[in-house]
Order: sequence, then C-alpha cells, then structure tokens
Amino acid sequence: MEEKVIVCKDLTKRFGDFYAVNKISFEVNKGEIFGFLGANGAGKTTAMRILCGLSHPTSGEAMVAGFDVYKQPESIKKNIGYMSQKFSLYENLTVVENIEFFGGVYGVSSSEIRKRSDNLIQKLGLTAEAKKLVGALPLGWKQKLAFSVAIFHQPRIVFLDEPTGGVDPVTRRQFWDMIYEAAASGITIFVTTHYMDEAEYCNRVTIMVDGKIEALDSPANLKTQFEADNMDEVFYRLARRAKRSGD
Amino acid sequence: MKVLGYLLKKEFRQIFRDKTILAMMFAMPIIQLVILPLAMNFDVKSVNLAVVDNDHSSYSRQLIAKVGASGYFKIVAAEPSFQRAITYIEREKADVVLEIPPNFESNLVREGKQRVGVSVDAINGTKAAIGGNYLMTVIADFNKDIPINTGRNRTPPAGVIDITYSNWFNPLAEYRFYIVPAILVLLLTLIGGFMSALNIVREKEVGTIEQINVTPIQKWEFILGKLIPFWVVGMIVFTLGLLVAWGIYGIWPVGSFVTLYVFAAIYLVALLGFGLLVSTYTNNQLQAMFVAFFFMMIFMLMSGLFTAVDSMPPWAKMIANLTPVTHFIKVIRTIVLKGSGFADVQMELLYLVLFAVLLNGWAIFNYRKTS
Repeated sequence: MEEKVIVCKDLTKRFGDFYAVNKISFEVNKGEIFGFLGANGAGKTTAMRILCGLSHPTSGEAMVAGFDVYKQPESIKKNIGYMSQKFSLYENLTVVENIEFFGGVYGVSSSEIRKRSDNLIQKLGLTAEAKKLVGALPLGWKQKLAFSVAIFHQPRIVFLDEPTGGVDPVTRRQFWDMIYEAAASGITIFVTTHYMDEAEYCNRVTIMVDGKIEALDSPANLKTQFEADNMDEVFYRLARRAKRSGD
Repeated sequence: MKVLGYLLKKEFRQIFRDKTILAMMFAMPIIQLVILPLAMNFDVKSVNLAVVDNDHSSYSRQLIAKVGASGYFKIVAAEPSFQRAITYIEREKADVVLEIPPNFESNLVREGKQRVGVSVDAINGTKAAIGGNYLMTVIADFNKDIPINTGRNRTPPAGVIDITYSNWFNPLAEYRFYIVPAILVLLLTLIGGFMSALNIVREKEVGTIEQINVTPIQKWEFILGKLIPFWVVGMIVFTLGLLVAWGIYGIWPVGSFVTLYVFAAIYLVALLGFGLLVSTYTNNQLQAMFVAFFFMMIFMLMSGLFTAVDSMPPWAKMIANLTPVTHFIKVIRTIVLKGSGFADVQMELLYLVLFAVLLNGWAIFNYRKTS
C-alpha cells in the first residue's frame, strides 16, 4: 500500500455561521502531484492553511506528514514548505540573503546552504541577479525563486497556493517543469489553481465547490465520468452549481 | 539559538538597508536635542508692556523707569488712555498693560497708598502669569523704596520675613537642564514604541509574517529577533544623545553611568514590549500608528516631561505612574542632574522591570502563529 502523507477526515472550518470548509475528506500519496481546484472563495486557501498549521480547524481530523494538525502544528511546520498566494519573500533582501535566511530558519547547515544556494542560483539562471534585491525581479522570476525557497530545506510536502497567478505562459511551463522535478525527488506537491490546463498536469485533482469536495480523481477519469473533452468542461459543470459567488 | 542568529542577521540587514529610517534614527537625536530645548523654554524674558501714565509725575516716571530697567520688560508703547493701550493687547503687540491713575503721586504721598492697574493677556497663560508676577515684584520693590524717598517713617516695618532662594542641582534654574534629560527619554520612547510596532505590522501587511508563521521558528525566537536589533539601535541613539547633551549644553551626568545605562536598557525593553503589543493587536501600519500615537500623547503629556507630576491632581498622578515613561524621566533627571545613586532609585527600577516583564509577556502571549 502507498504511503499517505496527508489524511483528512470531515475537516471543517467555520467562521460564524459560514462554512469556509465543510466536511472535506481526502488522502494524498507520497510523491503525488495533488491538484486542488475551485472557484475563488470555494475554500481552497482555507483548507490549505489548516493543513499548514496556520489556521485551527473547527472540527474533523487531519494528519500531515504523520502529525496531527491540532496537537503538533509545529512538527508539521518542520516537514513542509509553503508558498502563499501573495509573494512573501523579503523584497528588501537580496536573492542570496533570502535563500540563506529561509534555509537557516529551517535548520539547514550553513555549509549546506552555501552549496545548495550556488546550485540553485545557477539552475535558475540568476547568477547576475544574486546580489540584487528580490523586489527588483520580474514576477515570473520571483515565483520561481519563491518555489525554490519553499523546497530548499527538502520538505516532505510542499503547499503551493495559486503559484502561477499572473505569470506568463512560458514561465508557467517552466514552473511546472520545476514542480515535476521536485515530485520526482520524492516531494509531495499540493497545489491549488484555477488554470484548468494546469489541472491536467496533476496526478489527481479534487474540485471544491462551496466548501465541499465535489469530485476527486485523476484528470482522465474525471473527464470520462463527466463525459467531457477537457478539464475546463468538468470544472464548468461542477462550478455552475455553486451558490457562493467569488470574491 | 542558531535560528535566532539568522533572524538577527536578517533584521540588521533590513534596518541598514532602509536609508531613510537609518538617517532618521541618527539625525533625530541630534536635531531634537539641538532644537527642542531652545524652543521649549518656559523662562519668560521679554514681556511686551504698554504703559498708560495718567499722572505724569516724578513718581510715575520713576516707576516706569524701574519697570523698564528690570530687564524683563520691553516697553512697546506709552499711550494717553487705557482704551488706546488695550488695543495693543488686542493686536498682540503687548502682553501686559500697566495703568497709572491720575494723582498717583499726590495720593501716594498724602494717603500712603495708591492702586495701579495691571491688565494681562491671558491667552498665553504662562507668559501672562509670569509677566504679571514680575510686574508685581517690581512694583512691590518700588513700593518699599517710597518711605525712604519721602523721608517719612524711616524705621523699617517690624517682623518682615525675608526669603532668600537658592536653586539646588540647577543653580540658575535653567529650563534646558530640566528638559534635556527628558528629551533623551523621548528619543528612546520613539525608537522603542514606534519602530518595533511598525516593523512587525509591516511584515503583516506585506504578508511575510505568514511565511514566518509556517516555518518552525518559535514565538520567543521571533520576538527576540525583533527586540534585540531595536534595543541595540536604541542604546546607540541614547549614547549619541548623551554626547550631544554634553557637547551642546555641557550637561554631563553627575551620577553613575552604570546606573544610567541599566535603567536605559530596561526602559527600552519595556517600551519595545509596548511596541510589540501594539503590533499584535493591529493589522496595518495606519492602525499601529494611531494606537501607538494615542499612547505616546499620554506618555508625553502625563509623564512629567513638561509639567511636574507632583502638581497633578491625584487621579492624574495615578495615570502618570502607570506609564513607564514617568518613572524613567524621574530617574534620568535625578541621576543626570542630582547624581542620585542606585539606592535612591531602586524602587523605580522595580517598576520598570515590572513594566518590561508585563508588556513583553502580554505581547508574546498575544502573538499567534496559528489563527
């Protein structure tokens, strides 16, 4: 049997009488690219924040990397990487300084930081920009850098919240190459998106509507199930039932 | 511990990269210490005086000459009527009107007493009150000389208690000696209270705090990582302030430097704790600024920076004692001007330590990595 790195059962987050996440249950296998789809306001980010230990669930169970989200959020944090919707590296630090800082706080040794950081900068083609402030980089580069920083400490799972929002198609393609590479090295990828072509790149996808999971399978199976030619159609059929409007 | 090292490295890099803040941090103590003590001067030197002499006698002229020679007054006008003179006050050309009634001299000689009219512009309360008082003193002095001049009653009245003053610890009673130590406190308060609050709230605003919250950084590491850099900056600014106070005003602490620095160090921790606390309750820099400013106003106006806490009503005294600023201002004045030793101020140390523990404890308690 495959190793499960995320196990969720009836996970719920309620704000007042609003169910942002309503009894969702799913499992994610090790090394999988797991897509989390849904319209704006469907509850993707809230669900992800709970799994990262940034937000307390109201009820239900969830285990991430073998740790309980209620009792061991700090242990979870040691084993995951996170890239938020909003770019959140330090814009007034240079590329190298950001890498050093985040590597350092995850406990990567300084010699290892130097070695990996040199490789990384070379791989990203940022040699000329290594000493420039991150705020001066174009968005696409920032996103690639943010992803690289999120997996720098070689976490077991990386959570990506709409990582390619606002990025051009070429860079998006390169970004997904990086995701594949990370997955091949054994890192489980948990990614939210509302680009349906990106959904096709995932091993399995769930589609969230109004805080609930409406579908969960591989893209191929979903297309057969909903008798659709592509993921776009699958998504429209499900999303049209939504009562909540996006933000 | 290693994590804290990385946090400190990052904070210092960011502080030294922000040239505006850096310049402010170092220009502020110098500019404030150079300008504020000169401007915030309650010594009243030149009170503008309008005179109405309805008597035109030698006594009235003597009185006016005496007032003019006292050095506190500048006679800006001599008018024939009170109505004309009061227009000088209305136009803010004069602060005080002195009116000498007709028959001033003859009444004085004949009856031994005479009233003069003093009208003060009370809009500038301090200047008016002090100016009025000066004028009274001069007139009283003039009064004393009259019997001698008239040749009557040469024996001085019996049983007059003569009061002589001496100002201790500030012999010339100069306001700047009073205000300069307080401005040193002001500097530390601004650095401690504002900079730390705004810095953390900025991380909230930009979203980097979320990236921090998802790492295994512990709460105390994060808070110390924010406290230490501003503490260091605060101590440098304090030292710079002491040097400026010495260079420009010749104020060199009479008391021990060790005591002074121990207090400054603890006071800064308390104020940084206050800044952190504000940052945990606010979500953006505007909110933080407003909240911090609200408290700063109370700190500034109630701490005895401008007015003595001892002359406040009891309820205000209580509020004043509930701010760390009051205690530090008291201590710094006594150490710098009076040379008080540690034993004299140990109660204040206890208060400051309490503030430091309470404010920081509250801030750490209220900072949440998981919402």
